Parts: sequence; structure tokens; C-alpha cells
Amino acid sequence: MIQIDNLYKKFGKNEVLCGIELDITKGGIIAVLGPNGSGKTTLIKSILGMVIPNKGAISIDGKSIKNQWKYRQEIEYLPQIANFPSNLKVKELVRMIKDLRQCESNENALIELFGLTPFLDKKLATLSGGTKQKVNILLTFMFDSPLIILDEPTTGLDPVALIRLKELIGTEKEKGKTILVTSHIMQFVEEIADRVIYLLEGQVYFQGSLDELKKQTNQNNVEHAIAAIATTSHA
Amino acid sequence: MLKILKYSFYDLMRSRWSYVYFLFYLALGFVLLFLNNDVSKAVITLMNIIIVLVPLIGTIFGVMYYYNSKEFTELLLAQPIKRSSIFLGQYFGVAGSLTLSLVLGLGIPFVLYGLLRSDAIFDFSMLLLIGAFLTLIFTALSFNIALSNENKIKGFGYAVLLWLFLAVVYDGLFLMSLILFEEYPLDNFSLFATMLNPIDLSRTLILLKLDISALLGYTGAVFKSFFGTSLGLFISFLMLTLWTVIPVLRLIFKSRKKDF
Ligand SMILES: Nc1ncnc2c1ncn2[C@@H]1O[C@H](COP(=O)(O)OP(=O)(O)O)[C@@H](O)[C@H]1O
Ligand SMILES: [Mg+2]
Repeated sequence: MIQIDNLYKKFGKNEVLCGIELDITKGGIIAVLGPNGSGKTTLIKSILGMVIPNKGAISIDGKSIKNQWKYRQEIEYLPQIANFPSNLKVKELVRMIKDLRQCESNENALIELFGLTPFLDKKLATLSGGTKQKVNILLTFMFDSPLIILDEPTTGLDPVALIRLKELIGTEKEKGKTILVTSHIMQFVEEIADRVIYLLEGQVYFQGSLDELKKQTNQNNVEHAIAAIATTSHA
Repeated sequence: MLKILKYSFYDLMRSRWSYVYFLFYLALGFVLLFLNNDVSKAVITLMNIIIVLVPLIGTIFGVMYYYNSKEFTELLLAQPIKRSSIFLGQYFGVAGSLTLSLVLGLGIPFVLYGLLRSDAIFDFSMLLLIGAFLTLIFTALSFNIALSNENKIKGFGYAVLLWLFLAVVYDGLFLMSLILFEEYPLDNFSLFATMLNPIDLSRTLILLKLDISALLGYTGAVFKSFFGTSLGLFISFLMLTLWTVIPVLRLIFKSRKKDF
């Protein structure tokens, strides 16, 4: 589904991605892990064409994404920071995104699911962080695309919303979609991820199933396994 | 691109500042007509104001809109939309709404005053056309500056400095060089220097159109023999077009390489 070949990206002197090689096959939930600032968001934004790599190639379904834009029709993206035009109402924002995307959407079910009805007529600037994140989730999941990319989707969510989100991700997976997700919450990762990719110092340090990760690090708990990677790599 | 343009345009049309700008021109038009009691004289006063103010407003609105719509831009970048469409749409949204405020704000009082029956209609249309060009040019320049500067305050500062340079400092340097190199024939230099600054070029075009070039003395005669001809007029508008097109092209080019 996604092939990444020898990808390099630096911001000024800060080399964030140094030769990423990845082949993400279709279907299932893939968690992208790594310490803060390890380039998870940068990698995701490169796939979306928001960050322009210095070197290397990315292709989706065998087609290079360089200078392309139509392929984004097939991607649902949840940005890490829910920044929205603050003077719009939730309703207007939903209508605008639908108008821009021009495809089938099921926003009503999601508005119901996350209890957003009372906020539809509120301006985005007045919403709390958690509610903004729910709007973020609504805008992401209301379309039906084969690839879903979620950057820290759990940020700010209350327990009920978190459960709903997990269910939602589960249903999408059942439909055979490919879901790429980053998170710091190991429990969340453990519950949903089929495979994990661990980024460290600009490279793919580990790639495989959670069980393989535990085996490789001799730990029986994912949190400790991750910690083990972090300590061994610095030793 | 049209969709982005539509959203940017509506967004601005709903903002308080567009009304302030519109009402300002409306008031200006009425006051000038009331004070001068003469359409032609009002046009001249108006020119002096427009030539300085329109670029300033274009600059400030352009920079402000660019930075304030950062969230909107990021949202759009993740959608199946071409990058150039996003930035061009926003640019034309800003420039379009500013031009509309200008044309309506000034047009309404002048039309009510009986412009359509006066001879000043061509001068006045020329004024509005040049006002539109200056809006397009300075909005494009300010978008470029904002795109190249992540830091809001820096971007704002550079944009205002650019305006200050073209609107004030440039003239000073120009006059100084005329005095310093008095002995040399400076006709071509003057023409050239005027061509290179969209504000000076606009002023010259309007002054010559109003046929008060005699005020400008010898240089005025030289200018008239150039700008007065249809070739001169053509070249002048070509320059204004270039001043618009080049920054817009740079905007497209730079936006393609930027990380968000
Ligand atoms: N647009 C940008 N300009 C400059 N530096 C950036 C930009 N985006 C990210 N970075 C830097 O790249 C590094 C990786 O950031 P990021 O991909 O957000 O990490 P993560 O999502 O893994 O926490 C950080 O050091 C960050 O400061
Ligand atoms: Mg991140």
C-alpha cells in the first residue's frame, strides 16, 4: 500500500529522517512509535505531501506521490494538533470540508456518536481541547477512504470518547482499511495495533508485531520493551 | 481554486475590516466631493491618497490574512487540492475583496454625484483601475513575504518596510540622484526609475492622464512624450502587469517547496 524508499528530511541542520525504508502492506492497524521529536509527524506529513522530503521516494499503490494531489482523496488524515479556522462554526466547517472533498459522508452518525450536536452552532474558537479533538475525529472519519492516518488521536479525549474511538478504528479495520496511527499511550497501542514501527534517530529501528517486539527485547510488557529500546540504543 | 477563492472571499467579506475599509472609502468619496464641489479636483486629491493608502492596506491585509489563515491552509493541504490552488485562491480572495471595497466605496459617492455625466469618468476609471493594480501587486508582495517568514512579527515588519521603501524612500533617493547628477542627461534614467516602482508609475500615469504634467516642469515634458503615447501607456500597463505576475509566480513556486 505505502512504499517508502530511502527517505531523508532535514529542517535546517536538524536531520529528522535519515534514510527511512518502509513497506506498509494493505489492511490492519500499524502503530508508528518513537520518542518525542523522532519524526513520526514528519513521516506522516511526508506521506500526505505536506512536508517535502529532501531525498527519497514515497509511493502509494505503486504510484509516486511527488507533486501529486489527487491521491489525497483516498486518505483520511487526523492532524496531531486540531487547528481549525477559529471564526467558523462546527457546522460550517463540516459543510466546507464536504464541499471540498465532494464525496459520500456519514457525519450525522458520528455527530451522534461523539455527542457533538450541542456544539454544531458554536464557533471553533470557543470549544475546549477535547471537543475540538472530537470535531477533528468527525472530520477524519466521516468519509470512506481506504487509508486512514491518525496522528495522536487520543489527545484530550475523555474515557467515553476514547472507547468510541477504539470501536470506530475497529470497525474501519474490519472493512479492510489500512490504518496508520501514532500514539504515546502504550495501552492504546497494545489494544489496537497489529504491527508496530519504531522510529529512532531518523531510522526505522524496529518493524514487526508486538509479540516480536517483546521477544526481541526480552520483556513481557510493551511499555518496558519500548523503554528497553530507548536505553539500549543510548548505551 | 475557485472554491478556495470563494471561502477566502466570504471569510473576508464577513470580517469587520472589510467594512471599515469600504466605509472609509465611502466617507472619503463623499467628503472630497463635498469639499471640492468638483469631480476633477476630487479625483486629484483622491489620487494622492489612493497611491499611498491602497498599497499600505494591500500589504497589511495580505500579511494579516496569510498568518491568520494558517489553520485554514493546513486543513486544505491535507485535502485533495493542488497547492497552487490553495495559495492562489487565498490570494485572489484577499485582493478581490479589497478591490471590491475600493471600487464600491469610491464608486457609490461618485456615481451619486453625477460622475456618469461628467468628463471625469475616464480619469476616475483610470484611478480605480490603478487602485486595483496596486491592490493586486501589494497583496502579492505581502503574501510572498509572509510565505518566506515563519515569524509573524518579522514578516509584518518586512512587509511594512517594503511599502515604506516604495512609497516614500524610493522617491527621496530618486530626487537626490536627480540633484546629485544634475549635469548629466537624466531623461532615460528618470523614465527607467519610474517604471521600476509601481507606486511612482501609477502616480505618473494618473498625473499625465489628468494633464497636469506642466506642474512637473522639464521632466514632465519628457514624461509626457513617453507616457502620453499609446506605446508608453502600453508599456506602463505591461510593467504593472509584470509587477503583479512575477510575485504571483514566485508565490506558486515557493509554496510548492514549503513544509507545513
Ligand atoms: N516545519 C518544521 N520546521 C522546523 N522543524 C520542524 C518542523 N516540523 C518538525 N520539525 C522538527 O522535526 C523534529 C521531529 O518532529 P516531529 O516529526 O513532530 O516529531 P514527533 O511527531 O515524532 O514528536 C522535531 O525536532 C521538530 O522540532
Ligand atoms: Mg508528532
